[in-house]
Parts: sequence; C-alpha cells; structure tokens
Amino acid sequence: MIEKSATEMAAALQSGELSSVDLTNAHLARIDEVDEKVKAFLHIDRDGALKQAEAVDARRKAGEKLSPLAGVPLALKDVMVQKGIPTTCGSKMLEGWRPPYDSTVVARLKAAGVIILGKTNMDEFAMGSSTENSAYFPTHNPWDLTRIPGGSGGGSSAALAAFEAPLAIGTDTGGSIRQPAAVTGTVGVKPTYGGVSRYGLVAFSSSLDQAGPCARTVLDAAYLHEVIGGYDPLDSTSINAPLPQLVTAAKNASVKGMKIGVIKELQGDGYQAGVLKLFNESLEELAKLGADIVEVSCPHFEYALAAYYLIAPSECSSNLARFDAMRYGIRTGEGSAEEVMNATRELGFGKEVKRRIILGTYALSSGYYDAYYGSAQKVRTLISRDFEQAFEKADVLVSPTAPTTAFKIGEKANDPIAMYLNDIATIPTNLAGVCGISIPSGLAQEDGLPAGFQIMAGAMKDDRLYQVGAALEAALLSKWGAPILSKAPKLGAK
Amino acid sequence: MSLTYEKLIDKYEPVLGLEVHVELGTKSKMFCGCSTVFGAEPNTQTCPVCLGLPGALPVVNAKAIEYTIAIGLALNCSIAPFSRFARKNYFYPDMPKNFQTSQYDEPICFGGYLDVKVDTEEGVKEFRIEIERVHMEEDTGKSLHMGGATGRIHGADYSLLDYNRAGIPLVEIVTKPVTGTGKYAPEVARAYVSELRDILRSLGVSDVKMEQGSLRCDANVSLRLIGAAKLGTRSETKNVNSLRSVERAVRSEMLRHAALLEKGERVVQQTRHFHEDTGDTTPGRSKEQAEDYRYFPEPDLVPVAPAKDWIEEIRATLPEKPSARRARLQEQWQVPDKEMAAMINADVLDQVEATVKLGADPTRARSWWLGEIARIANEKELPAPSLPITAKDVAEIVALISKGELTDKLARQVVEGIINGEGRPVEIIEKRGIKVVSDDSALMVAIEKAIAAQPDVAEKVRGGHIPAAGALIGAVMKETKGQADAAKVRELLLRHLGQA
Repeated sequence: MIEKSATEMAAALQSGELSSVDLTNAHLARIDEVDEKVKAFLHIDRDGALKQAEAVDARRKAGEKLSPLAGVPLALKDVMVQKGIPTTCGSKMLEGWRPPYDSTVVARLKAAGVIILGKTNMDEFAMGSSTENSAYFPTHNPWDLTRIPGGSGGGSSAALAAFEAPLAIGTDTGGSIRQPAAVTGTVGVKPTYGGVSRYGLVAFSSSLDQAGPCARTVLDAAYLHEVIGGYDPLDSTSINAPLPQLVTAAKNASVKGMKIGVIKELQGDGYQAGVLKLFNESLEELAKLGADIVEVSCPHFEYALAAYYLIAPSECSSNLARFDAMRYGIRTGEGSAEEVMNATRELGFGKEVKRRIILGTYALSSGYYDAYYGSAQKVRTLISRDFEQAFEKADVLVSPTAPTTAFKIGEKANDPIAMYLNDIATIPTNLAGVCGISIPSGLAQEDGLPAGFQIMAGAMKDDRLYQVGAALEAALLSKWGAPILSKAPKLGAK
Repeated sequence: MSLTYEKLIDKYEPVLGLEVHVELGTKSKMFCGCSTVFGAEPNTQTCPVCLGLPGALPVVNAKAIEYTIAIGLALNCSIAPFSRFARKNYFYPDMPKNFQTSQYDEPICFGGYLDVKVDTEEGVKEFRIEIERVHMEEDTGKSLHMGGATGRIHGADYSLLDYNRAGIPLVEIVTKPVTGTGKYAPEVARAYVSELRDILRSLGVSDVKMEQGSLRCDANVSLRLIGAAKLGTRSETKNVNSLRSVERAVRSEMLRHAALLEKGERVVQQTRHFHEDTGDTTPGRSKEQAEDYRYFPEPDLVPVAPAKDWIEEIRATLPEKPSARRARLQEQWQVPDKEMAAMINADVLDQVEATVKLGADPTRARSWWLGEIARIANEKELPAPSLPITAKDVAEIVALISKGELTDKLARQVVEGIINGEGRPVEIIEKRGIKVVSDDSALMVAIEKAIAAQPDVAEKVRGGHIPAAGALIGAVMKETKGQADAAKVRELLLRHLGQA
C-alpha cells in the first residue's frame, strides 16, 4: 500500500477498505525501517500523527463529509511552523524551539485531515542544493545512498522516493522543490508567487520563497496544491483570487494544440548529455500528443543566477537578523546583549548561512546598494519581461529542471559556485514570480539516475503545469510500463 | 566666554528641524491585531507577528493608513498615490525583528505646511513651518534596565524586555529646516508642537499625551552666522516631554552651541537628552559616524496605494481646523486677543465652548474657567480640564447666579465642592446649606443688629459719610454667613439710614 499514489490511498480510505490509523502505522513502520539509511526526517511526530489519524477515522465513521486527502500521511519540510512541534529549519540556531502557532499551510492541512508524520531535513534555512548544509546530518538519495537528494528540500523528496510518505510540503526560493524532485524521480511544484500563503514559513528570501506540493504523481500534487493554496489575509503578498482548477487540469491531461516553448538559453553547456537526451525524448512525446513545439529566447536568463545571489542574500541578511538569542532558540555567551547575540549567531549559524548574511549585508550597504541590490532588481524586471514575451509565443515553457543528475555527497561541498549552478534553470521562475513543475523524465544513460523535466507557466496559470505535466507523465508511464520509482533500489531489504 | 541670549541673536541665526512622533490611537497595532492599550502587564499584548517570531508576517492596519492620510491632509500635504514600507536594519534587543518596518524614501504624505502664531514684541506674528514628510512606522518594545543606580543600560545588572509597545503604529512628522524665526525660535518651536497637538487631537487620531509618550518631539537645533548660506552642525535633543520643555530645550541648545562656537570649538553632531529638572541637555550617542541602516523595500508588504475616492472621502470628513475654530469663537464671543491666548494656554477652550453651548453667557463662562477653576488647578498643579468639574456644572452655576439663587461668593464654594467630589451643584447647595438670604425682613433684623453694635459708624453714615457703610455691610454679611447679596444689603442699609 505505501507504494501507491496518494490518490489511490485516499480512495481506499474512502471505500473503507483501509483506515487512516493503519495507513499511518504502515508509513511509520517504513520510516523505522529505512530512515536510518535515508535520514529524511529531523523529527517524527508518531503520537500526533496517530492521534490525527484516529480523529479522521472517527469522523469518517460518523459519516462526515471529508476532504479528498483526509487520512493520507504527509511529510513537512522543517522550515514550516507547526504548533508545539520542533521547528529547526535545519539549523542549530532553533534547536529545541517549539512554535506557539501553526503556519497557514499547516492549518489548512490539519483542516483537510491530512496526517503530518513529522518534519523533514533541509539545508540550513533553505540555503543549499544538496541538504548537506543541514546542521544535523545530510540526507541520502534513495536511488544511491552515496548521493545527495537535492536541496534545500532534500528530506521531503527523499521521503517520497523512499516511500516514507506519499505527500510532502516543500518550499522553493530558487529551486528547492523542483531540483530535489528532479534528482529523486518525484514531482515537485513551485506555485505562482502569492498562490500559497507564506504565513508561518520561516523566511529565507521573502520575495522569492514559495511553499508548494511534493508528490509521486502529478494528480497527487494537484490535490495537495488545492488543499494548501489560495488567498490568506495573514499574508499581504497572497493573491486575492480563486485558485485555478488544478485537479480538473491534471485529469484533463491533454496538450493537443498547445504551444510549448523550449527556452534556448536553458540547455547546452553545463548540462549532462543524458539529462538533455531525456529532455528531448520528452519533447518528442509531447509532440506526438499533438503539442506544437516552438523555440523561444530569454536573453536575460544569463544574469538570473547573479541577480538571485544578490537579492536572496540581501533579504536573508535582514530576515535572519531576528535570531538574536533574546526570545527563542539557543543562547550562549556572557556579558552584554550584544556579546550574547554575537556569540549565539557565531555558534548557531552554519558556514553557508554566514556566507549569505555577509554577502547580503554588503550588497545592501550604503554606497554599494545601487550597484548590487539595485542592479539585481533591474535584472529581475528584465527577466520578468523575457517571460512575458515568451508567454506571448507559447502556453508553457520547458527546460531540464537541473543540469545534472544527483552528485556524490561531498563532491561540491567546497565549491559554492558549482553548487549554485544547480539552480540555473529553476531560479528565473522565482525571480519572475511565475510557476513551475518538475516531473521525472527518465533515467540518464550515464548513471541510471533520474532527471527532471521542468514546465513553467505564467502567474496564476498553475493549472497548465498540471495539464501538461499529467499528459507527459501518462505518455512516459506507458512508454516505461511502470512508475519510475519501481526501478529504484529496494531499501527495505535489511 | 558665553553669550547672553540677546547677544547670540545679534550674531547667529538659529535653524530648527522638528521631528514629531505620534502614537496613533488605533485599537490594534500597525501590523497585527494586538491591543494598543497603554499600561497593560508586560508582554500580554503580543502575538507571533509583533514578537517577530520566525515565519510570522505583517499585514498593514488600514485604520492607521486612514489616520495618517487625515494628518497629511490637515497639514496641507500631498498624498502619494503609491508609497512603500522599507526595512531599517539595526540590532537592538527591544526590536523583535532587528529591523524596523518604516517608510523611507517613499512616504505616504509629503510637502505640506503649518502656520503658527507667536506673541512677539511687535504683536502676534505668523510663521509658516514647511512640512517635509509624514510617514508611518512601528514602535519598538521597551527595555527596562534593572539593578543599576540610574535605570540606564550602563551599570545595570540585567535588562527586562516588554514588547507590548512593539508594533504600535507611529506617525513621524518631519519639518523642513525652519529658518527666519530669529530670537523667537524657542517660542516658534513650542507653538508648532502645540498647534500640531491641537490638530491631531481635533482629528481624533491620537490622545497626544506628551507625558505618556504618545506625542514625542525631537528638536534639531543648529546655529549659523547671520548671512551664512551653509547650515551649522546640528544636535538632536530627545526626551522633550512637554510644550514648555520644547521651548526650554531649544533655548538651552542655542546657548550651548553659541558658547562652543564663541570658544572656537565645534559642535558635535549628536543626540542629546533633555533634563526637565535642570533645563540642560546631556550627550547621548554620537551620530558622527552615520549608521548604515541598509534600507530596502519591505518584501513582506505590498505598496500602499490609497484610492483617490478614499482620500477625498477622508478630506471631506476632516474636522474644522483648530486655528479656524479659534478665530470663529473669538469672533462669536467678542474676546480680546489676550483673553483668547489665556484660554488656549490654560487649555480650557473646549470647556468654555461647551459651557456656552449649554446656555451660559460667554464672558461669565470664560471668567469661571479662567478664574476660580484655573486657580484651583494651579494650586493642585493639574491641568484645568482634568479637574472633576464639567461644562454642565459651570453652566448650571452661571444660571443659578443670574436667577439670584447664588452669589459669586457662594458659587465659589459650590465650585470647590464639585472639585472635592461632593456632588453636582444642586446637591452641594443642599448639603452645605448654601442659600442666598433675600428676605428683606430677615436682612433688616441683621442690619438693626449691626447698627446697634456700631452706633458711631451708623451716625457717620447718617451724616452723609457713605464709605463708612462698608463696616456695617461687612457685619451684616458676617451675621448672615455670607449668604446675603451684598448689593441688596447695601441698598437696604442706606435707605434705613436715610441715604438713598
């Protein structure tokens, strides 16, 4: 049962052939079985999950009308605040902190009866592409335990790929949902900026952060997206408009007559040959389904990475200022408040976080602001314009999600630039506030590891991601004969 | 060698810059729903947002925007169709996020003015104070430094933090450099803050209590040689908690600057603290090395873009300007400038207006509020409006006097009783047994008694020496315990002695 999709699990729960308690127990057992190898979870809320499951079973028994995903378990990225449950953001800084409130995403999950199994590992404060920057331990890719599961949301994607949970929540600032999805053979969606509330998402870069659904199928992601998405008065940047019909779009998986734009700048140098081959094969599938494949150019994407590494650190330098040992989290040092703050921040933050705080502090300094932060904002506008022009020529845009398959743990740990290049194809969507999905495109010929196919659509056109994604997913499934994850190593055999 | 104030003015021109912070009287905070009520138990009016907990996000209080627009319109400002919040980044324990959400280069209101009147040797003169900007920001929490002798952070054993104030909406009103006030700079500064306070009160946007800190003024002062184009180095005086202090602080800084300049020393650009007791300022932190606040647009908030219709709606409901109201009342009541100024100074204009509205004659209403009531207020060192006597009480007293049921002297007893909390006028009259003796026969008995006691005096009066009657009238008043109408007594007495 744990290898089924969330939609299938939900159907079994609705028909009464399965209880949520049994389903939750099965997943907890799987976690016990494999998580010492995968290390996807930072915290497992066994009692809380079972209590939630009992409540959902009772409500179902009482004949209550429940939400479609009621009773299905989920793994929550540890950057998302959940009342009373440790929330560390993968940082020593917040060790032991139990938030006194629920994020809007958690509140909506609870209201929908989704069972929260626990908190998943991540790069510290979502800064990284490999989950190696977690202050606790790295997470391992279920496809090859010596490799990274992507990042920053490597814990959530690894949990899906290892069948520890059928659904997960991630957050994506520059690719932290989509890149882990690509390298673990799972599905991840970065919704339109403002489409899912950020209230209770511990901020890395406020103007780029976006929470989204992670799953093993496109339809599962659509169901989860509908649970967590939509206007939230607690988030001023939340869009006050109804969410597009995502589940309907995923079920209506047709691309006939659609224009699909291939972004010229997101391929070629730096992309692994096998990843590009899978990308082109996927394009052929879409063409066979009746889509019109066109090439588009986004000339300013070249500057996206540079702009991102000014804007995100600038915002993070300010967002992370609040971790000062005064109100929550760890505290160390003696003497004045300033000395305590300094000692705590020295101890509590890891190397990559410090690197970005320093970078951002510098970029915002008087005398440098215009050259750095100011220029980066201009690039951001140009990238948005590139998207607008491209969307005039195509209904959706596509690219490989990440330039390579999963690399070895430790391989790029001392080369930040090489690490940053992982997000070259995912960052533009964050800068422009548009939406993107990554779905598995197959296993690369060189290493047999999964690669991702990215589909991007304009703001509030998230339904197109699901429509095109589900069409490609179905075509590839019939080509492969079985879901991609069936080819992953069986971790359970002890 | 220090200069006298007169000599200083001959040589230097003072330039002022006034920054007034106003705590808005909204029910909830700037970016969350927490209460803003003053004086609650520490940290009981907080939530994830105003505590800056990880993940929490701000949402702008629409009422605060409405109030700020009203302030801007009342100060003749333009309202920006599009303005933004920014983050002012610096570390301080009482600031939960270690940045303050404030408007920076895009304020909501800009380019206004306020005219203020000052009493000068050449009569009442009007000064125009140009307003640079009016912008919104959030207040910080409060640090309480414990264990030290001074309550300052220096020497304290530990500090306690109270975040109740964190996130209370503040409006900052900043003037352009104010020049051309010459020797009246201190009075102009005071008149500006006073006028501003009246406007804010009339708008109902703040309780404008300087002593509680809901209205705070920072006074920037610099001196330049008369005729010089370049501004001198300024100091910024904080902790100016009353109108009187504004005036004193400006004067004190002018004298201090002049003394330094005369000695050939330079003025250090710094923050200074004003001390109410000594009237002096002492240095705070130096601003020589400008702090870098790394301002950038607040990404958690969308721009403020008030609809034109909304702005016009607010404009249409603005109350009468205090200056216009004063002119109107002065005209209606036919009051001389000096009396008008006295009412404004004693802060009893509202009370007098209300008393007149209840039917009292303006002159009488004014003389009660400025006379007996102001006297008691002075004695108690309290502002007159805070005494427990209302316009209704005064109107009633005035009515009783004109009906002849009270004399002025008796009425003063009633006023005293009201302020002592003995009840309303009629109750006090009853309880204290206050009664005007108007019965002629009863008065005649007292008059006969007085004449019998002082026959020689009576003889003088009979002989045409009228002023001698005073002693007899006094005796009658004493006999009747002041309850007689003195004019009536005089009339009866003189008639009885054949002099009327």
